[in-house]
Amino acid sequence: MAKYEEFLVEKGLFITAILSILVILLIIGFIFREGLPAIESYGFFNFIFGLDWSPTEDQFGVLTMIVGSIGITLLSLLFAVPLSLLCAIFLAEIAPPFMRKILKPVIETLAGIPSVVYGFFGLIVLVPFMRVQFGGTGFSMLTASLILTVMILPTIISISQDALRSVPHEYKEASLALGATHWQTIKNVIFPAAIPGIITAIILGMGRAIGETLAVIMVAGNVTQIPNSIFDPVRALTSNIALEMGYATGLHYNALFATGIVLFIMIMILLVIANYFHYKKKVVIGGGYL
Amino acid sequence: MDLKYKLGIVIAIIIIIAYLIFIPSKSYERIQIAGSTSVQPVAEKLAEKFQETHPNVRINVQGGGSSLGISSVSQDITDIGTSSREIKAREKPGLNEYIIGKEGIVIAVNNQNNVNDLTTDQVKDIFSGKITNWKEVGGPDLEIHVITREDGSGTRSAFENLIMGDTEIRPDAIVQSSTESVKQAVRQDPGAIGFVSLARMSSDVKALKIDGVAPSEETVFDGSYNLQTPFIFIVKGEPEGIIKEFIEFTLSPEGQAIVKEENVVPVK
Repeated sequence: MAKYEEFLVEKGLFITAILSILVILLIIGFIFREGLPAIESYGFFNFIFGLDWSPTEDQFGVLTMIVGSIGITLLSLLFAVPLSLLCAIFLAEIAPPFMRKILKPVIETLAGIPSVVYGFFGLIVLVPFMRVQFGGTGFSMLTASLILTVMILPTIISISQDALRSVPHEYKEASLALGATHWQTIKNVIFPAAIPGIITAIILGMGRAIGETLAVIMVAGNVTQIPNSIFDPVRALTSNIALEMGYATGLHYNALFATGIVLFIMIMILLVIANYFHYKKKVVIGGGYL
Repeated sequence: MDLKYKLGIVIAIIIIIAYLIFIPSKSYERIQIAGSTSVQPVAEKLAEKFQETHPNVRINVQGGGSSLGISSVSQDITDIGTSSREIKAREKPGLNEYIIGKEGIVIAVNNQNNVNDLTTDQVKDIFSGKITNWKEVGGPDLEIHVITREDGSGTRSAFENLIMGDTEIRPDAIVQSSTESVKQAVRQDPGAIGFVSLARMSSDVKALKIDGVAPSEETVFDGSYNLQTPFIFIVKGEPEGIIKEFIEFTLSPEGQAIVKEENVVPVK
C-alpha cells in the first residue's frame, strides 16, 4: 500500500511540475503569436529603434520606452543595492536577535504593500515634493526610481540576508580563530562566499523594478521621449502596455504584445546574466559548492 | 487514512465539479454591455435598476474604452457597446446609436491659478505648446504644465475633436491614466492644466470658462457650453426583445432620472 502511495505522489508531483512548464510555454507562445505580426509588418529595426510612438498614426517605435525602463531600473538599483546590502549584513551578522525579530517582519511588510498604494503615495507626496525641490512637473524618472527603490528593498534585503546566513559557521569560526576581526571576517569571508546568492537577490530586485507597472504609471509622467536628465518624465515598457491595452485594436493590439516580447527578452537576458554569475562566483569546497 | 476512503473523497469532488459544470443553473436572459469607461458607472446604475423590475435578466457591464465598445458590438461580441465619443463614419455601417446623455468636458486648472476664462483658441495653443507661460493668457508668470490622458481614452479623443482639430497635443505633455489622477496632478501643481469630465468634477480643481461660458449641467444641456460629448449606446441592427426593452427603459423618464443622478446631463 505504501509503495502504491509513493508511486501516486511521485507521479502527481511530476505532473504538476510539467504543468507549470507547460503554462509558461503557452504564455510565451501566446505573447509571440500576438506580437510577431506587429514586428513583421512594422519592421524589427523600426520597432526597436523607432523614436515615435503614436498608435493613432500607426507609428510604433519603442526605443524611448526601452530607455525609460532601463533608466528607471538602473537608477533605482543604484539607490537600492548599497542600502539593502548594508541592511542585509546588519541583519545577518550584527543585529542582536531581538532587533532582528522586529526588523525582519517590518521589511517583509514593506514587500506586502500593494503597488497602487506606493503609486498613490508617490502621486500625493513625492511628486509635489520633487516639483518644489527640482522644478518641472515633478513627474520624472527620478520620482519613479525612488518609489521603485522602496519597493525592491525588501526583495534584495531578505534574499541576500538568507544568502549571508547560509554561509557555513565553520568559515566564520576559522576566520575568527586566525585572528581576523568581525568586520574583516564579514568583508573577506562571509560576503564573498555569499556573492552568488546576493547577485540572485539583486537580479530578482531588478526584475521586480522592470516589471512594476502601476506605481510607475502614476509617477513617471508617461511621456514617450528620450529623457535629457533624470528630472524628465519617461514611459516604461510595462506602463505602455497597461495604459493602452484597454483601447487597442488591430495592429496597435499586436504592437502592445510586441512590447511585451521586448520586455520578455530583456528579462531573459537578465536571468541569463544572473545564472552566469551565480555559477562563476560559486565557492567550491570539497565535492560541492555553496 | 484508508486509501479507499481518500479515493471516495476524490470521486465525490469530481462528481460535484462535473455536476456544476454540466447542469445549467437557472436560466437568465443576459445582456452584455462593454465599452467606454466613462459610460460604465451610468450603465451599471441603469442595469442595476432595470434588474430590480426584471428579475430574470442579468446585465453584465464592462469597461475597455469607446473603441472597444464600438468594435466589439460590430463583431457581435457584446449586445450593447458604449461610447463617449461620436462614432466615425467608417465605423458606422449597420450600427444603431442611442444617445443616453451628454457629458461636458471641463478644462481644469489649479485652485491657486487666477486665470478664469480662456477662449477655445487659447486652450488649443496651450495644449499644442504654442503658449507655454500663464502670463501670456493673463495669469501669473509661471510655466504651464500640460496634463493629458492616454491615447485612446474617450475623454481625450472628445477633447481632441472639439479643441485640437488636426493639431497635436504637445508630445511632452504628462500622461495620466485616469480622470482622478489628472485631477490629483492638477490639484497639487499651480502651473498645471488638464481636462476632466464634468461628472467627475469636484472642488479640488478649478473649472475654466470657455469662450465665456462656465461648464454646468444647464449649459451643457442647452448647448451653450461647446465642449460636450454624447454618451452613446450602440446596437448592431434593430434591437429586439430584452435589449430593446432595456434601451427604452434608459430613454424613459425613469432611466433619464438615473442618468441625471450620476451627474451626466440627460438628453430629455
